[in-house]
Amino acid sequence: MSTRIVEVRAKVMKQNDLLARELRKRFEDAGVNVVGLVSSPGSGKTAFLEKLLSGLARDFRVAALVGDLATENDAARLKRATPNVRQITTGTICHLDAQMIERALDGWELDDLDFLFIENVGNLVCPSSYDLGEELRFVLLSATEGEDKPLKYPTIFNSSDVAIITKMDMAEAADFDLAAARRNIESVRPGMQMFEVSAKTGSGMGQVFQFLRDRLAHSRETGTALQIETTQ
Amino acid sequence: MHELSIVLSIIDEIEEESEARDLHDVEVVHLKVGVFSGVDPNALLFAWELACEGTPFERSRLDIEIVPLVIHCAVCHQDRRPLSLYQLCCPECETPSETIVTGRELEVVSLEVTA
Repeated sequence: MSTRIVEVRAKVMKQNDLLARELRKRFEDAGVNVVGLVSSPGSGKTAFLEKLLSGLARDFRVAALVGDLATENDAARLKRATPNVRQITTGTICHLDAQMIERALDGWELDDLDFLFIENVGNLVCPSSYDLGEELRFVLLSATEGEDKPLKYPTIFNSSDVAIITKMDMAEAADFDLAAARRNIESVRPGMQMFEVSAKTGSGMGQVFQFLRDRLAHSRETGTALQIETTQ
Repeated sequence: MHELSIVLSIIDEIEEESEARDLHDVEVVHLKVGVFSGVDPNALLFAWELACEGTPFERSRLDIEIVPLVIHCAVCHQDRRPLSLYQLCCPECETPSETIVTGRELEVVSLEVTA
C-alpha cells in the first residue's frame, strides 16, 4: 500500500502560544506589568516574592499567582504581604500553562493592578516550553545550588530575561563562586541582566525594586497603559 | 517531565488536521524538535506510546528530526553551530551571540497517510 505526505507545519505549542498572546494583550491594555518567576525547588522563589510584594505594595498595587503541585502554603505565606494572592495547584503537572493563568485570573480587575507576579512550579526544565503571557521572566539561582546550574539547564536560562542570584547571605558558607556563576549565566544567555539578593537580609532588593519601577514607568510611557490614570 | 502534555498537544493538533482534511490511517507523524526546545525526544517517544493507546493514532509512529542549535555571529556575519548548548558564542571568533537562528523548534511538519 502506498503512502502520501501531507504537509502540516504547525507549532505544537500553538494553543498555548495563542492564549499566551491574548493574555499578553490583556495585560498590556490593563497596564499591568507581569513577571514570571522560575527556578528549581527550594531556591527561594517564595521568600524573594514575599520581599518583592511587601516592598512594592507600599507604592504600587500588586498581586501574585503561585503554582505548586499541592498545598496552599505559599499563598498563605504571601498573603502576609498582599491579599491579592491566588494559589494554582497543578496536581501532578510540573509546570504552569497559559490556560491555568487565564482561569486563575477570573474575577480579578487587571486595571486595578500595577504588578502581577506569577511564581511557577519549582522546576528548571518544563516551564521553559510554556509562554504564560508574562512580559519578563526572572530565573532564580540560589547561592547554595552551585554556580554551574546555568550550564546544566541552558534552555530555561536562555528563555529568561533576568537572572536573580538568591540567598547571597549563604554564599560564603556554601563556598559560592559568584564570578563563575555570572560567567556561566553570561555563557548561556549573553548580555543577561543579573541581580544578587538576599531575601533574608534584604540586600540587593533595592536594585530589583528600582529595575521594576523603571520598567513600569517605561512601559507606561510607551504603552497603552496611560489610560489607567483617567479611569480611576 | 512535561513530554506527556506536549504529546497530548500533538495529538490535538493532528486530530484537528485529520478532520479538516479528511485524513485516515496516519502512519507516521513527522516532528521537528530543536535541541534548545526544552523537550526530550526519547521522553516524547515514550509518552507517545502511552498517549496514543485507544486513539485513532494507536498504530502511528512518531518520527523526530532533531534540529541543531545555530546562532548568528554578528562579527563573522555567519550562522554558526556553537560547540555546546551552554556556550552561546561563535566557535570561530568566540564572540557571544544571543541571536538564535534554529534550535527552538517544536512543530508537526507533516503526516504520512495511507493513500
